[in-house]
Amino acid sequence: MPIKRPRLALGPLSYFWTEEQLLEFYQQIADSPVDIVYLGETICSKRRSLDSDQWLTLGRTLQEAGKEVVLSTLTLIEAGSELGALHRLCQSDEFLIEANDLAAVQLLKGKSFVAGPATNIYNQRTLSFLTKMGMRRWVPSVELGHEPLVDLQENRPEGVETELLVWGRLPLAYSARCYTARAHNLPKDDCQLRCLDYPDGMLLSTREEKPFLTINGIQTQSALTQNLSHQFDNLCQLGVDVLRISPQSRGTLKVIDLFDDLRNQRTTVEEVAAWVAKLAPLGSCDGYWHGEAGMEKHLEQIEGASS
Amino acid sequence: MELVCPAGNLPALKAAVDNGADAVYMGFRDDTNARHFAGLNFNHNKAELGIDYAHDRGARVFVAINTFPQPSGWKRWQAAVDSAADLGVDVLIVADIGVMDYARERWPDLTLHLSVQGSATTHEAIRFYSEAFGIRRAVLPRVLSMKQVEQVINESPVEIEVFGFGSLCVMVEGRCLLSSYVTGRSPNTFGACSPGSHVRWEETPTALESRLNGVLIDRYERDEPAGYPTLCKGRFQVGGHTFYALEEPTSLNTLPILPELKRMGVAAIKVEGRQRSPAYVAKVTRVLRAAIDACNLDPDGFTPDAAWLKELETVSEGVQTTLGALHRPWQ
Repeated sequence: MPIKRPRLALGPLSYFWTEEQLLEFYQQIADSPVDIVYLGETICSKRRSLDSDQWLTLGRTLQEAGKEVVLSTLTLIEAGSELGALHRLCQSDEFLIEANDLAAVQLLKGKSFVAGPATNIYNQRTLSFLTKMGMRRWVPSVELGHEPLVDLQENRPEGVETELLVWGRLPLAYSARCYTARAHNLPKDDCQLRCLDYPDGMLLSTREEKPFLTINGIQTQSALTQNLSHQFDNLCQLGVDVLRISPQSRGTLKVIDLFDDLRNQRTTVEEVAAWVAKLAPLGSCDGYWHGEAGMEKHLEQIEGASS
Repeated sequence: MELVCPAGNLPALKAAVDNGADAVYMGFRDDTNARHFAGLNFNHNKAELGIDYAHDRGARVFVAINTFPQPSGWKRWQAAVDSAADLGVDVLIVADIGVMDYARERWPDLTLHLSVQGSATTHEAIRFYSEAFGIRRAVLPRVLSMKQVEQVINESPVEIEVFGFGSLCVMVEGRCLLSSYVTGRSPNTFGACSPGSHVRWEETPTALESRLNGVLIDRYERDEPAGYPTLCKGRFQVGGHTFYALEEPTSLNTLPILPELKRMGVAAIKVEGRQRSPAYVAKVTRVLRAAIDACNLDPDGFTPDAAWLKELETVSEGVQTTLGALHRPWQ
């Protein structure tokens, strides 16, 4: 069976950037080789650099540039106003929606949707059930490694695509509490939008100064960047349809180009793995893929090869 | 309001029932439930004894099968559902869509409750589980304010259970992978957070250090009380400061707001702590029973008895109790 060339997706931006930063970034993305672009705010409803009309306008611009545009929903929905915004988003038929919560799946009944990584799809039966509900693409929980994925890919229902986070910090937890505000001794309701000062989140280190986690408002991410570039051949053989790259303030376009080179066989896996690792601000990890602690790193040798 | 109490083993189950629990919840001895700790939970024989004990005394029995099976473990979860149904339990507490789908198909008469691990924070998410699998109750994650809990109750198609007392998860349950990031094992996949198998205590000349799979979670000076290294409850450095960057080790205690919860229409109050001792279960159940009874008798005149609060303080994690997210006046 011929192996399909995977498509590249730019996942939703998890940080808080200014309107100017956002528009400039996505303008560059329009000219990049990425095939699918996820837009919208998935972390905190107070982040409103763009209003919903501006996101839609941006979506249209990217669509005209040949991108498939998907709008992503908020992951943790608490307030009535957030649920109201979700209602409006799910009513729109213009773009495909990535559901990051089951409330979105409910509101998208009868429509096609993408299930994001926080929807907790761990097994065949869940995959089949949501496919019957209209899911046409799923992003596995980042905990799912190679072994369960082999099984799930073999028994995957007809017509559903698999998208995997191949490059980016791992989304690990969501809370009612805002850790960025807490780090500034501010209450969450008067956070002064401090996340704007941290375009790649705030570093949380252990007391022996080892980078550990990234604080991003109500979300906690890994400090290390998950890098699965060295698994490229494996991913293709498994029939992973879409490779997701998570945006960061620097180097994202270069990462996209490197993965594009890889899928077009313009370069080797070793070369890309080595290059791409240099773009991870605090180093990379791939433990989840191997069924181990997510922070573990197996790709050291490959990264070291060309550096 | 129904009082739902933890049963980590048979003595704890008896303690809960004897002290006035309306229902107890338990798990089997494997990774199919979110308190998969060594020496805890029930085998078939013990479960049978526990169910008989509770039923003979008019208490209901819930079985938690509330972790997320991966393909290689699927049969174990299926067997757990079948086993609970065979045992004649009153309710299954479930989180995984696949497990719910199986339970609904194979045991259509079995009552399902949505576990807190199902991460449903809105009535629309609850509606999904209600329409798809006929769940009859949802347990809310400990992240909502009172106003938000009330909104959910007003719109929810099914009844709502909230946590009333015990250790506090500050992250949305079912969506926290911190533990597997550090140890490879998370509540979702393994049924445990910051598992003891990965904890190491190290004595240095000046301090006591707690590590989880090598990662320094906290460091205690000689005169400081040390706590279990649940990784979100350690002290870390952010922006040049060292502090409890994620969560201070506190416990949830909703005693002061019981009348408010009742007025809002909360159907059940859940006590956390299947990993705690039968003595803990007895004490907390006794206090909560007395408090709920007093609240039912005279909700307007209810004030928590000082003796109750004192008794609960002796069993709380850390030195203080809080209302958690429930006290927030804001969104």
